[in-house]
This record gives sequence, structure tokens and C-alpha cells, in this order.
Amino acid sequence: MSKKLLLKNAHIEGIRYFETYRKNGGYEAAEKALKMTTDEVLEEVKTSGLRGRGGAGFPTGMKWSFLAKPEGVPRHLVVNADESEPGTFKDRYLMEFLPHLLIEGMLISSYTLGSNVSYIYIRGEYSWIPDILEEAIEEAKAAGFLGKNILGTGFDCEIYVQRGAGAYICGEETALLESLEGKRGNPRLKPPFPAIKGLWERPTVVNNVETIAAVVPIIDITGAEYAKIGVGRSTGTKLISACGNINKPGVYEIDMTITVEEFIYSDEYCGGIPNGKKLKACIPGGSSVPIVPANLLLKTINGEPRYMNYESLADGGFATGTMMGSGGFIVLDEDQCVVNHTMTLARFYNHESCGQCTPCREGTGWMYKILKKIEKGEGKMADIDLLWDIQRKIEGNTICPLGDAAAWPVAAAIRHFRDEFEWHVNNPELSQTQNYGLANYADPIPAVAK
Amino acid sequence: MSETIAFKPESLAQVHKIMARYPEGRQKSALIPVLHIAQKEFDGWLAVPVMDYVAELLSITPIEVYEVATFYTMFNMKPVGKYVLEVCRTGPCMLNGSDNILDHIRTKLNIKDGETTADGLFTLKPGECLGACGYAPMMQLGKFYHEHLTIEKVDEIIDLCRQGAIDLG
Repeated sequence: MSKKLLLKNAHIEGIRYFETYRKNGGYEAAEKALKMTTDEVLEEVKTSGLRGRGGAGFPTGMKWSFLAKPEGVPRHLVVNADESEPGTFKDRYLMEFLPHLLIEGMLISSYTLGSNVSYIYIRGEYSWIPDILEEAIEEAKAAGFLGKNILGTGFDCEIYVQRGAGAYICGEETALLESLEGKRGNPRLKPPFPAIKGLWERPTVVNNVETIAAVVPIIDITGAEYAKIGVGRSTGTKLISACGNINKPGVYEIDMTITVEEFIYSDEYCGGIPNGKKLKACIPGGSSVPIVPANLLLKTINGEPRYMNYESLADGGFATGTMMGSGGFIVLDEDQCVVNHTMTLARFYNHESCGQCTPCREGTGWMYKILKKIEKGEGKMADIDLLWDIQRKIEGNTICPLGDAAAWPVAAAIRHFRDEFEWHVNNPELSQTQNYGLANYADPIPAVAK
Repeated sequence: MSETIAFKPESLAQVHKIMARYPEGRQKSALIPVLHIAQKEFDGWLAVPVMDYVAELLSITPIEVYEVATFYTMFNMKPVGKYVLEVCRTGPCMLNGSDNILDHIRTKLNIKDGETTADGLFTLKPGECLGACGYAPMMQLGKFYHEHLTIEKVDEIIDLCRQGAIDLG
């Protein structure tokens, strides 16, 4: 049974309201933290080993320690609630059902970072959630946990909710800041990093919703105890939003010592694949991480079981592995077409490219056009090599990681499923009415056939 | 000058409340939140006079508004129907049948992607991942998400729209 730190009270009726949240231990961590020095709180976060839960996995304590503190210059915490990575819907869950967990995490973090005005930048399409968050903020304020001189510490803190308006690129921290400043979401060159020059040129820390929420249990049980959960550099718990062809899609909080096999097949999590279908492929960390075939998902290239943690998922690099990413766990069964799926992703990245860099702006559109042709049975064999070439020329040549994020899915699909692409080219009519199925791939689940 | 465009008093109050969230001189940060209010109040899209009005309100130049309005997907730069059906079509939804949902709507309403029905009621606006992948296939209509869609459920929603009985929020 995975330990629950974030979602332990998620099913209590009324937990989204202050009274119930408080009654069940809510804001006790905040009370504890505000009695500590900011250095002591920072130390707990560092000790915990918490890594950014948005997708990049950068150590949070380290990010916080980079924050510049020039005299007389205000600093800001900005929470990244732009959640737009396909397959990812865990931050939505936290904000919808546990808004006070985020508010409490923001209070502790704002105190530590010295941010008197903190913002939640939330994707525009989550239109009903700002109401939920603002109601929680008002409740916290009425109870004295926000506003002036919180708990008599002399620390002031206001939290505001800032809506986006539909732009995946605004999940990239510098594009987010541009958007918060009322501009187009064009990422900035780094350095300077937001910790030095961020929102309105002020020192700023941008963190994902789940990362900030995790600060609450870290203070509650201590950083050392948090670090005992999990394994290696994958400490604490992780929220996984599971979707695709599984029996029980939804948001799960996991201890990162479980195997991928257990996560997919156990009734405690995804409950296996419906309709007696076999597992074909999986993108375990949001659309930007490499897709892997079933045989390389459940076991590494060395035949060892793969676990749901950062190191194990990345075992084998991009040649035979993938990444934890955002935790958007997408499962494809034997009837799914990898070409079609990759095409939808290419269309997505093309739509979301901000347009600044030529490799991304032109390359994403080009890859989408070619994939659409192949999917429709109008592709040529040379198109597959052309796709490989285009993605290779995007990767590493852009201002921000969206270029890489667009390149990686195409690279992985061709690396592991080239046969399926070639079959579409060689069978233009058949590919329109039939699935490629599992014809050429190793039997994915010899031991757990369902 | 945009004499005929003006927010109703409640909206103006909202705008000023939003502007107070930012430091002195940084009121441009209110632009996206204000454009949401403007789009809702002025028929679901942003005409040039509306954008010019917003520019004046925030003391910024019109181009600063145009460049933002045209960047973000949620802002409509042309008139739309009363009910904008934003069906997600990215990978995870595709795995759960969003293509069928889209085909059904195209056929039933006899419109292509981005088009509005002749009676001005429906616009089909296929979109990218809306963060509801575990509840796919789905669409956004107004403020709310409609999830776990089936052909039958889609027909029900369209009927409710025709009866004027759907909550857009």
C-alpha cells in the first residue's frame, strides 16, 4: 500500500473547505513552519530530496537557495498551475479537491522565500477552478493564515490567482512570467534565471502545484522522514495521472518503489487493460517523454524490472528507456496505432509552438504534415528518414525545451516502432482499415497474460 | 475612439479589483484576465473596437492588446456561435475515441472544424489537451467540462443547448 502524504484526506467530505481541512490537521504544518527560521525550513526542503514535480525534476531546495535577495527588492513565489502536458491532470485534482493544501504549501514557501505577494498562474481552460481557489484564499485570510502579520510573526502574504488563456508554452517558467506580465508567452533566454531576474525583473521562484503542496507533509513529518520514503533520488511520493487504455484511469499517489507492472495491473492502481487486450506501448511521463514498447516498459534492456521512479524509468537513456516527466501515464493497447498517436502529438506541438525559433516553428509544422500523410496512407519511405532528420535538427537548437519536447516523441516512435511506419507506407489501403497490432513486437507480458 | 463599447459597472469593478493585484505601474498584467471578461461580455469574441477599449482602460497601446489576443487559443478573433464545442483531440483522448465524437458532431451539425452552424447556435472548435485525460473523451462548453462522452451524451448536450437549458457558467 503506497503511503499517502498528499491525498491522505482527499476523500473526506468537505475537505475543500477550511473548517474540515483545519479539523483534520490542516495548517498545523504552517503553524510549525512559521515558528522556525526561514533557513530551517529551507534546510528541511533540501533534506527531503524533493524534486520539481512539473516534469523537469530539478531539486527544489537547490532552486530555492538560488533566489537572490537584494536589499529593498520584492521577491515572488509563482505557482505553475498551467498543467497542459498531454496525459497530465494531477494538479487539477489537487486544486479542485484540496485547494487548502496548495494554499498552506504556498504560505510556508512564501514565508521561506520572503515573498509577500504570491501568484498562482492557472491555465485558462480550468475556468471553474479559480473560483474554488479564491474561495479557499478568502477562508484562509478570514482565519488569519493570509493577509497582514500572519500568526503574529510580522510576515505579510497575499495570494492572487492569475488566469492564462490557452498556451501550453506558458507552462515553461519564463513564458509563464511573460504571460503574467501581460505579454505573449515567448520564453526568455536563460541566464538570467528567474531566481535572479524573474517577474517584473524581480527575483522569482516558479514551482509546480504538486511541488508546493509537498512542502506541507515535508514540514509535517520532517525532511528526513520524507527522504526515507521512496528510493535513491526519488524521495517522497509522486502523483501519477493514469489514462489511455486502462480499467481505472485517474490520479494515484505512489511510493516510487513499486514496479511499472504493478502500477498497470494491480487493482490498487490502473487495474489492467480492458477487453482482454494486451499492452502495446506506454508514455509514462506526459507526451514529451519517449514512448516505449511494452517489453522495454516493464523491464529494462538488461532484463531487470522497471520501477516507477526517476532513475529506473530513465535507465537505458533514450535508446531503451524513457522518463518520469510529469507523471502523465498514457497506456496504449494492441489496437492503437502509434503513427496516429504520434501524429496527434505532432499536431499538438505545432499548435503550441510560440513561433520564436525557426527549428521549432517550422520543424513542428513540417513533422505534423509528414505524419499526417503517412497516417493517411500517402507517405513515402523516404519520409521516415526525413522525420528522423527533422527531429534531430530541432533537438537542442531552440530557446526553450518545447523544441526537444516535440522532437522526442517522433524520435522514440521511429526508434521503437519503425515497422509500423513502414507498414503504413507499404500498405496504403490496408493501413486505413486495419491495425498493425503487435505483429513484430516481443510478447509484452509473458508472465502476466490477461 | 470606441464610444459605444463599455463594460457594465460590475465588470468595471472587477477590472479595477484585478488591477490592484499588481505593483504600481504594472497594470498591463491585468490584460489577459480583462480580455476574458471582455470576451464573455461582448458576444464571445474580441472585435477590434473591444480590444481598443481594453487598451484604453489599461493605458496601453492597441497593438499590445492585439498581439496578446491573437496569441492565446481561448480568445476568438471572429464571431462564434452561442455554444462553442471545444472537443479535445490530443493523444490520450484519441486513444479513448475522441475522433468518433468529432466525426459525429461534424456530421450531425453539418459543419467543419472552426465553423458555425447557419442558425448561429453551434461552433465546433477542436482543441488540444484540456487536462481531463482520465475522463476521456470530453469537451469544454462555456466554463465547464463535459467528460466521459458517448455519442448519446453528445446528442443530449446538443439538445439541451437547443432548449437553452445548458449552464455555461
